[in-house]
Amino acid sequence: MSSNGGPELSRRGVLVGGVASAAATTVPAVVAEARTLPDVPKPTTMSVAFEVNGRRADLDLDTRTTLLDALREHLHLTGTKKGCDHGQCGACTVLVNGTRINSCLSLAAQHQGDKITTIEGLGTPDRLHPMQAAFVKHDGYQCGYCTPGQICSAVAVLDEIKAGVPSHVQPDLAVRPRPTGAEMRERMSGNICRCGAYSNIAEAMAEVAGARA
Amino acid sequence: MKPFSYERASSPAEAAAAVARRPGAKFLAGGTNLLDLMKLEIETPTHLVDVQDTKLDRIEQTSDGGLRIGALVTNTQLAADERVRRNYGVLTRAIVAGASGQLRNKASTAGNLLQRTRCPYFYDTNMPCNKRRPGSGCSAIGGVSRQLGIIGTSDACIATHPGDMAQAMRVLDATVETVNPQGQTRAIPIADFHRLWGDTPHIETNLKAGELITAVTLPRPLGGTHIYRKVRDRASYAFALVSIAAVIQPDGTGRFAVGGIAPKPWRVAGAEEVLPQGAKASAAALLAGARPTEDNRFKIALVERTLAAVMADAKARNVA
Repeated sequence: MSSNGGPELSRRGVLVGGVASAAATTVPAVVAEARTLPDVPKPTTMSVAFEVNGRRADLDLDTRTTLLDALREHLHLTGTKKGCDHGQCGACTVLVNGTRINSCLSLAAQHQGDKITTIEGLGTPDRLHPMQAAFVKHDGYQCGYCTPGQICSAVAVLDEIKAGVPSHVQPDLAVRPRPTGAEMRERMSGNICRCGAYSNIAEAMAEVAGARA
Repeated sequence: MKPFSYERASSPAEAAAAVARRPGAKFLAGGTNLLDLMKLEIETPTHLVDVQDTKLDRIEQTSDGGLRIGALVTNTQLAADERVRRNYGVLTRAIVAGASGQLRNKASTAGNLLQRTRCPYFYDTNMPCNKRRPGSGCSAIGGVSRQLGIIGTSDACIATHPGDMAQAMRVLDATVETVNPQGQTRAIPIADFHRLWGDTPHIETNLKAGELITAVTLPRPLGGTHIYRKVRDRASYAFALVSIAAVIQPDGTGRFAVGGIAPKPWRVAGAEEVLPQGAKASAAALLAGARPTEDNRFKIALVERTLAAVMADAKARNVA
């Protein structure tokens, strides 16, 4: 790199690079510039306590830590998956105080005192949750990466229908929704399955709901 | 994500004062839009004031027969409220047409109004964007603009307000209530809440620095047939190409606001006056002065056809 700098270098980079190159013309200007960067804000840590699958978790976390990263990287509950990390795929779906959310779009700090349920808390290999058993029976996955999010979401969807939460496909807002195939498909639209196991997921949900997909 | 400090406020006025105290501070409600943008470093707050403990999470009857919706009421809670489903169906319909179940469970009423545009160039930090970096230029003009605005836009920005809920709030003549860092409150009609881009597309609402939304109020119910019709590239979980929130009365008069085409819910009095004459006349009045791009010129016809579908739907339901 020339000590005169190219048009892409900042003026400060060129000046510092110019000084450095007086001693050694081979020193890249970018290295010289890295030393002159202003102080970046320091990370802040804070204590966060919540309950995960019935067990209390006390963590000291960088404020930037999402609930998803707290679960995976700090509590090593790697059942919950990071897909897009932007709330578009649903792989990170967990239940917070019984309600499904994208754990990637929530700071751990927002969940002080909350009760969180992950796929590990729904059931175990020996004692599967009925939704987990139904996914196995109906082959509701191929690669399995989206499955924990699908199952957490599916469990919550049936609860939401029971609670009368309306949906886009509900014909009449005055009539309580029922767990029809159309309702479940619409309500699961925040969970993407790249393998395309959707029809089997709908079958699994229908079995648990006691309805036809 | 850039580092930031975090605090929780216990009252709305305290939250407003906390944000005003720290340059670079922002309110945090549900966080579904803000965190997304912080990860991309499009939003870079140095301090977050979490407002979840400010008790703005209730829906109450107002003395004049309307509803006051706390700023933190979740989209799901609002859509599911029995009074909203019964008397303000267009609002429930608009909310459940947007986002996903997971997002609606977390996203707040105030945050929904404040969500930022989904223009791809706003999201692409390698590209100029007057909204993201004022003065850097607009990549969308002359770029890929199929999803973007056709009216109310400017030479600086052709982005749209991406939401669904706001169209319903506009049709219902909602009012946005706020508190400022000095503790003073004010009420902003929803029509005056969002701004047209003009030369300052980075300023999206008429909120002042540190001003916090505390509630959105609805006047007494309008009656009529409530419809929200959204046209999009997939059947679910996609932003609108065109959406229409409408309340149509049995005599064919009504009001409607259109989404997906402008910086704010697009509602025009002249278009409502000629609504009984049909979708063609009404859509023409609504879109007078539109400046579509080659990519999104189709929205002109799509607005008219969507409006025709809304009116046919209303007519069918009034007969039934």
